[in-house]
Amino acid sequence: MILTVNHVTTYEYDAPMRGAVQSLRLFPARFDGQRTIRWDVEVLGGTRGGSFRDGAGDKVEGWSIRGPVSEVTISVVGQVDTTDTAGVLRGHRETVSPLAYMRETTATWQSAEIRDLAHQAVEGASDTLDRAHRLSNAVAEAIAYRPGVTHAHTTAAEALAQGEGVCQDHAHALIACARALGLPARYVSGYLFAREDGEAHEAAHAWAEIWIESIGWIGFDPANQCCPDARFIRLGSGLDAREAAPIKGVAQGEGAERLEVTVALEQVQQ
Amino acid sequence: MTENFNEMYQGGKVREPYRRLEDWTNAMPTELRAMKQAEAEALFRRIGITFAVYGEGGDPDRLIPFDMFPRVFTQDEWRKLERGIKQRARALNAFLLDVYGRAEIVRAGKIPGRLVFQNEAFERAVTGFTPPRGIYSHIVGIDIVRTGPDEFFVLEDNCRTPSGVSYMLENREIMMRMFPQLFRENRIEPVDGYPDALRRTLASVAPAKCDREPNIGILTPGHYNSAYYEHSFLADLMGVELVEGQDLFVEGGFCWMRTTEGPKKLDVIYRRIDDAFLDPLCFRPDSMLGIPGLMDVYRSGGVSICSAPGAGVADDKAVYTFVPEMVRFYLGEEPLLNNVPTWQCAKPDDYKYVLENMAELVVKEVHGSGGYGMLVGPKSTTEQIEAFRKKVEAHPENYIAQPTLALSATPTFVQEGIAPRHVDLRPYCLVGEKIELVPGGLTRVALKEGSLVVNSSQGGGVKDTWVLAE
Repeated sequence: MILTVNHVTTYEYDAPMRGAVQSLRLFPARFDGQRTIRWDVEVLGGTRGGSFRDGAGDKVEGWSIRGPVSEVTISVVGQVDTTDTAGVLRGHRETVSPLAYMRETTATWQSAEIRDLAHQAVEGASDTLDRAHRLSNAVAEAIAYRPGVTHAHTTAAEALAQGEGVCQDHAHALIACARALGLPARYVSGYLFAREDGEAHEAAHAWAEIWIESIGWIGFDPANQCCPDARFIRLGSGLDAREAAPIKGVAQGEGAERLEVTVALEQVQQ
Repeated sequence: MTENFNEMYQGGKVREPYRRLEDWTNAMPTELRAMKQAEAEALFRRIGITFAVYGEGGDPDRLIPFDMFPRVFTQDEWRKLERGIKQRARALNAFLLDVYGRAEIVRAGKIPGRLVFQNEAFERAVTGFTPPRGIYSHIVGIDIVRTGPDEFFVLEDNCRTPSGVSYMLENREIMMRMFPQLFRENRIEPVDGYPDALRRTLASVAPAKCDREPNIGILTPGHYNSAYYEHSFLADLMGVELVEGQDLFVEGGFCWMRTTEGPKKLDVIYRRIDDAFLDPLCFRPDSMLGIPGLMDVYRSGGVSICSAPGAGVADDKAVYTFVPEMVRFYLGEEPLLNNVPTWQCAKPDDYKYVLENMAELVVKEVHGSGGYGMLVGPKSTTEQIEAFRKKVEAHPENYIAQPTLALSATPTFVQEGIAPRHVDLRPYCLVGEKIELVPGGLTRVALKEGSLVVNSSQGGGVKDTWVLAE
């Protein structure tokens, strides 16, 4: 499936800032499930810094914007050819040991409820892969999809207690559950092409990957109760949403920040 | 416990390296001693050496006690130590490069992956990155204790930012000023080459993109930090910049320093702040001390950071037990310096042993440093031991234990005259294009009678450390 991405992020400040610095993890991963046809990232009025591929295989690029600045716009235009690998991150080059993804973070803190959910979900499971699938289903059941009830800093435990959330909460909860069972797990950010009719659609997405010793990293998307397929574009990963964020930035100054994001995915008819 | 080794007197005789010092003390009247002590203190106050002590309340800035009685090594003793220290510094660096790369030592089953990758100090963010010359720890401070004429043990390794080298330099400076005749009578190896050697070391790890004499800066958290004096002192002696996070910014893949003549590119940062505070975009988002974007510049080869972020994983007290294994694995050599035998409470058998023998052991927190969070069994009351036992029982994996070593003692000026007090040694090994070690280090002394805790935060003092020339 060939997908076109148009992703514009704008930070508006109500007072001019002295400058801004950004770290972008905003590039399609290189693995068997996707091939980048073109991908242009631009920070308007910014200076491109160094870029590198980190140990987890993600490309990272730094940018800086000299002040005074009252608006920072990051634009992504690209095209990716995707194929369904049944969620398996095959052909992805990385050096980080899966064991490095056992660490708890604030967002993925394992409350007693998280641990209970995890242990109950895998009762009678046949193998690790089965356990991972059951965890993903259990999280989907325990947290109903409902936008607007959680926020960027909601933890997995909070979302579970609330019983509602969005893809970020699902991913955090699944990661916390997997780690509670001793399975390395990580947060993945990317895009999802959600409509088959080709119409543009809000499509920034996130899911989790769980390490299965005999296979490797496998993606699980509790929000859509599936494993990532050709509709998904994978960007970067991290211990949680904060680490995996496609855009991290700080602006120096006192102004309050307003964020506007538009993401449009379209399928190119062949 | 066996008899402690006295570095000056053996069987009623004075050991050779201390022979001239005996004449020196014998010839020194008590009044002169008191006068010299006051003079030393005034000198230290004037240059501003203080040391912050945490957790006691009140004014944390206090003068670190200086003892005028030098600690002496023969050339032979030092050569042996030097070889062992350099070997260890090489092995520790090889380990760091490996665990942030293919982690062969874990694959080979020589060290558990859990201990490395789940370690608090392991920085996933630098995995796959190779710093210039493959060096992670450019200044390795190795804490060594002595238990006999030829028995030396490593207590711990400090691969991050070992402090205290300014005391090594100042102690010598002050001794030379107060007792010039001592330095004429004894042939003592100089230590004042350290700042130049440190500068060479830092310059030798400039990034490949730097095609001129590198600009070096010491990054300090600021004057509220307990080691601020040392930061400014070293910057001064090396002739490099002393900077705080707010003085620096990143642009175009490089790190820049704000100056009155405009931005100046900084190539090498000798940082004296922890990983967590280096860059709010990569580590703690609430850090006010760091430089946003610094880690992106570092990882794309625009600036060098010494020690390299992530070096702390080698300092861990549980990882410490594997250092002899690292020496064998990476260097194919037998370790020249021994570790202290260590029980890891994470292991069931070790845990059981530690709980049963707590009164005989030194029990330490795995991530603790500076003498905080440790129990010296034989020097503790039953209540203290019981309180500590509860802590160990709650989190066994956070503790290790070691036998109480019969630490060597050296003569020390005390209220009543001269008496033996326990000492350790921290030499500073520089790792860059070359591996260098100035002959000496920082000797810390436990000033309380019978005490084995030499940390300055726990009432320890310092001494000038001599290596005699041949």
